[in-house]
Amino acid sequence: MKVKNIILLPLFLLLFGVAFIPVVAVSAQQPTPSDDEVNAIARQLYCPVCENTPLDVCPTTACHQWRELIRQMLAEGKSEADIKQYFVDYYGARVLSEPPRTGINWLVYVVPPVAFLAGAYLLFRAFQTWKRLSKEPFTGADRSSSPGTEPETAKGSGIVEDDAYVARLEEELKKRK
Amino acid sequence: MSQEPITASAPKRGVPLWVQILVWIGLLGLLGLLAAGLLKAKNPILGVGSMVPDFTLTLFSGYEFNGVSEVKLSDLSGKIVVINFWASWCQPCRTEAADLETAWQSYEKAGRVIFLGVDYVDTEPEARAYMSDFNLSYPNGPDMGTRISQIFNRNLGVPETYVLDQQGVLRFIQIGPFQSVPEIQAIIDPLLMGR
Repeated sequence: MKVKNIILLPLFLLLFGVAFIPVVAVSAQQPTPSDDEVNAIARQLYCPVCENTPLDVCPTTACHQWRELIRQMLAEGKSEADIKQYFVDYYGARVLSEPPRTGINWLVYVVPPVAFLAGAYLLFRAFQTWKRLSKEPFTGADRSSSPGTEPETAKGSGIVEDDAYVARLEEELKKRK
Repeated sequence: MSQEPITASAPKRGVPLWVQILVWIGLLGLLGLLAAGLLKAKNPILGVGSMVPDFTLTLFSGYEFNGVSEVKLSDLSGKIVVINFWASWCQPCRTEAADLETAWQSYEKAGRVIFLGVDYVDTEPEARAYMSDFNLSYPNGPDMGTRISQIFNRNLGVPETYVLDQQGVLRFIQIGPFQSVPEIQAIIDPLLMGR
């Protein structure tokens, strides 16, 4: 029995050890970031040499080096924010596809929506005015009338038949007589 | 029989005056900012005879100047300064790198000329490999934030070399690579002789 144990124990330890080797190896291995992971960050950056070409699609050697640097930093466990900050520190804020939300850069984010809303408001006001004008071709301000004189009546004139303002004025005058 | 005056108040139209004033102030402010931006962008490229504004170059470790990791242009007053913009991804830079190093070695001992390598829009591992490939020994550093290249307002590319006299005045601009060591010396030697 003892002899059997002596033989089995090393065999068991060997098998146990072999079974763990792949697990240990896998856990120690740093996964290589995929192109998609690299490009997710790269598309938010622009190389100053190749203006207007996002880093993820830029074919130059410089941009290729930048993408490899992103891959290396991802493999080191750096976050997206860390990597972007590194690029800003190293190459300046102009490498970012979106200007940082600081200082005067806020204008980029504030002015367009404000201008859009102001434009929409002005259009709304203009439409309101046009609508009213189309319904009221003549207003009281367009007409000259002196107190005591009979205002031009709607009947027969043909011009002010629908003039609500004049009608209201005449009604008021009648009440006061 | 007294008649009260009839007041027909026409409905108010148009944008209130204070809103109009605010809008105009805002528009003028935006136009001012735009003009300032355009003026800044249209800064004239530094030409020969211009005084070069001061800047600080942070140096790569191993490529320091007198053991210091930063070099300020104004601290180099009295020396001829050769500022070379390069990048590891730039093939023409490779054709002049060895010549620049040889020229630097010919002036280094006298201490009257200083070469500064400015690594433009590059990645550090590749930049280090480049400097190692050509055994560069003069001070070299990255153009952090592209601030130095913006001073020279160059967007043409690399390599570019600027030679400043002892007073910090720009005396020569080389666009593209040097072809030989004598070509570099032919620019520096007359300045050393005070010409």
